[in-house]
Amino acid sequence: MKDTVKQNVVNETPQLDEVTIKFAGDSGDGIQLAGYQLARSAAMQGSYVKTRPDFPAEIRAPVGTLAGVSGLQVRTGKNRLYTAGEQLDVLVVLNPAALKVNRDELVENGILIANSDTFKGANLKKAGYENNPLEDGSLAGYRVFATRITTLTRGALKGLPLSRKEADRCKNFFALGLICWLFHRPLEPVQQWIEQKFAKASDLQQANLRALESGWNYGETSQSFATTYNMGLQKPTSDDAEPLTGNAATVLGLRHAAKSAGLRLFMGGYPITPATEILQQLKACTDEDVVVFQAEDEMAAVGAAIGASFAGALGVTATSGPGLALKGEFINLAVMTELPLIVINVQRGGPSTGLPTKTEQGDLLQALYGRNGESPLVVLAPQSPRDCYDIVREAAHIAIKYMTPVIVLSDLTLDSGTESWSLPEAQASAAERTLFAAEPDGFQPYARDPQTLARPWAIPGTPGLEHILGGLEKTDGAGTVSYDPANHEKMVHLRAEKIAGVAREIAPLQLLGDANGDTLIIGWGSTYGPIMEALQILEQRNISVAALCLRCLNPLPGDLSELLPAFQHILVLENNLGQLCRLLRAEYLVDARTVGKVTGLAFKASEIVDAVTASAGVPA
Amino acid sequence: MSVEVKRSDFLSATAPRWCPGCGCYGVLKGLTQTFADCGIPREKQVVISGIGCSARLPYYLDTYAMHTLHWRAPAVATGVKLTRPDLSVWIITGDGDALAIGGNHTLHFMRRNMDLKMLLLNNQIYGLTKGQLSPTSPTGMKTKTSPYGSADNPVHPIGLALSMGASFVARVGDKDPAMLDAVLGAAQAHRGAAFVEVLMNCITFHDGAFEAVRDKTSRAEKSLELVHGQPLCFGANGEFGLRERDGELQRVRIAESGRDRNDLLIHDAHAQDPAMALRISQLGFPDGPLALGVFRQIEAPVYGAA
Repeated sequence: MKDTVKQNVVNETPQLDEVTIKFAGDSGDGIQLAGYQLARSAAMQGSYVKTRPDFPAEIRAPVGTLAGVSGLQVRTGKNRLYTAGEQLDVLVVLNPAALKVNRDELVENGILIANSDTFKGANLKKAGYENNPLEDGSLAGYRVFATRITTLTRGALKGLPLSRKEADRCKNFFALGLICWLFHRPLEPVQQWIEQKFAKASDLQQANLRALESGWNYGETSQSFATTYNMGLQKPTSDDAEPLTGNAATVLGLRHAAKSAGLRLFMGGYPITPATEILQQLKACTDEDVVVFQAEDEMAAVGAAIGASFAGALGVTATSGPGLALKGEFINLAVMTELPLIVINVQRGGPSTGLPTKTEQGDLLQALYGRNGESPLVVLAPQSPRDCYDIVREAAHIAIKYMTPVIVLSDLTLDSGTESWSLPEAQASAAERTLFAAEPDGFQPYARDPQTLARPWAIPGTPGLEHILGGLEKTDGAGTVSYDPANHEKMVHLRAEKIAGVAREIAPLQLLGDANGDTLIIGWGSTYGPIMEALQILEQRNISVAALCLRCLNPLPGDLSELLPAFQHILVLENNLGQLCRLLRAEYLVDARTVGKVTGLAFKASEIVDAVTASAGVPA
Repeated sequence: MSVEVKRSDFLSATAPRWCPGCGCYGVLKGLTQTFADCGIPREKQVVISGIGCSARLPYYLDTYAMHTLHWRAPAVATGVKLTRPDLSVWIITGDGDALAIGGNHTLHFMRRNMDLKMLLLNNQIYGLTKGQLSPTSPTGMKTKTSPYGSADNPVHPIGLALSMGASFVARVGDKDPAMLDAVLGAAQAHRGAAFVEVLMNCITFHDGAFEAVRDKTSRAEKSLELVHGQPLCFGANGEFGLRERDGELQRVRIAESGRDRNDLLIHDAHAQDPAMALRISQLGFPDGPLALGVFRQIEAPVYGAA
């Protein structure tokens, strides 16, 4: 994005392939909403969309402070996007603190729109500014549009019966209207949303609509902006190309998975950041066959899900790191009783309470080994918000087919970030699948399917199949309690073999990038986005690098052992200190090296490029 | 749906392995009798237990069952019931299971009022781990973890249940089959969360704890049987009673006092206010009498019911 001449009339409309815009302000300013509505508007126009939120852990940190700054980064473009972008082309700040926190992210000559009404007195002081940065020349490297957003919003709402506080709350829509004008984004999707949202409060509806339109009109008439940007109107890919968060995609995936299997969906949940949204959205869902139980604690949440699975539902629980630790004993009960269970762990920074609103991938080893005894289960990791949908469907398929718990390791980057895509339709089960055992003759609760080694799913209410499950070791077949040494060894091996056999469900690995080089990058889960972007940069620089992004962490894909020896340098990228790397070294005896990042933030593509070029054997 | 079933239909082929003389045998008999009496087919009875001697009970039943984790049984039972409201779901637990490690779940079981039945076998001791202090052990009791006598105040399970608003609250002795059958039958028929404390004798680690009410000769004087609508009286010939004076519960000898029975408190198990039931539940040894029977049985909205 380059234009330099500031004129008083709009005389240019360059076309942009993509743009990254960030809204930032106080956590009560409606920042997330404004950003999300911009994303929706762009998605409706057929743009690809990626967003990344950035919010404080406090609900309302003191107004105007650095701690209270909330932001949403929105990247839109005509080509597929893998991340929400590294640098900002446009920064919209509603107070000085938001500028202080985000200005380093703004590219040189980038557009800064600042609510100049707030750049005075206490607000400047709270942000740590001695002088007003809008006036002291310190922002000379940017195109600064100091705009009296509060005053203009109040003016636009004159005559409406609103308190000053209510009127000031509309300034996010004024800012959004201005941005929509600047980037030729349609207002209609936003207007429709406002009309629906405030259908029962006509004054607020009017106010927000007016603020939005006033923002647009301000751009059009103020003559402050010399240039507007055409994002290249694309045909909508589909009417319902909504930007969805990973958590929303997870919810949709769970509903469709249960429907496809012809099962009732049971969610046992307990609020925990950043997984709460899954519980909330399912609770709001009115599907007939969805049962959602908010339990008294993390243990009860997963325990109820296990009870539901025992009774023939698809039992699910969702949590984050500390909650996974609490659920460990129950997950082991599902391992022992061999019941289907999906545990969604939206990872956040740890250890302990750690960084509840920041991302990390520190729970891989907890998911794999954080329980007593030999406790094998399946671990999957989605690669993008969209992939959260696919991965929970795969998790359900595996959990039911193999009668096993499956842990889905998502993370905050995916679950709070959005991506636009056309929502799939739920498919009801094509044929009535006989999931449940029904034949009393010769029934044994621990009989094994010869192919999958799964035991039968015999649910209460079925005459003649009465049996007891539990945490004590059982004899293979009959399922009676057994302390027999040989039987225990056999069962430990059977449980391990069953999970190892899930490898047959994993699609063949696809090497990304250039497979002819001698360097391989390996990532898992959310590092997929930055890796894909890094590959594009590396390709432009003619640096030959291949990449693998693993979606199944246990069992590891069967063809991994053949692929790894072909590379001399293996770099494992993780938002931890090398948990997958350790696994790969132990499992395959390869000299894999860790590229870890534990700042609470996702990798940037440029950091991956730097890591690759710094590694031995790769010409810079 | 009611079917013809015998008590023996509910017994599995596994022979019970409790200590000879353990109170659990009586409970197993009472529970299977209740199952037979209520006519629910055995595939629709689900019994969920936690960890402890009491938790072994489902192994001796021929119903659907799960032996889960140390006091997480209510969680599992909740998932079963919400998924299949047509099933009858029982929770079997003990004092350590329900009141120590699982206190939180017990609290929510009481106030949530889901249609689940809970049988708490209270023997005031940790039996399966061989004799440690339990949350219901009386103050001063010597155990392996309180060699100089317990300094703790014990939990009163009935008081807890009543104060959390449980809709069915009862206490029975393990050696009184008639009352056990009556109370378990009433619990089975109750719509909502039913809580039954069974005073259990641990013959190995805490023998004789409830002997005063288990022994037929002393039972009449040491215990008071709660019958809805009937005066609160006890004694071999009903010669003692309870009345209220100046806000106090008074124990009176009916004949000596010269008063007639109209002076006595009448038990109202259906009272919305649990205050009187709570006060009656606080009576006990050594002054007695210990109240047995149904303290409370009220109709209340049931969680998850359509």
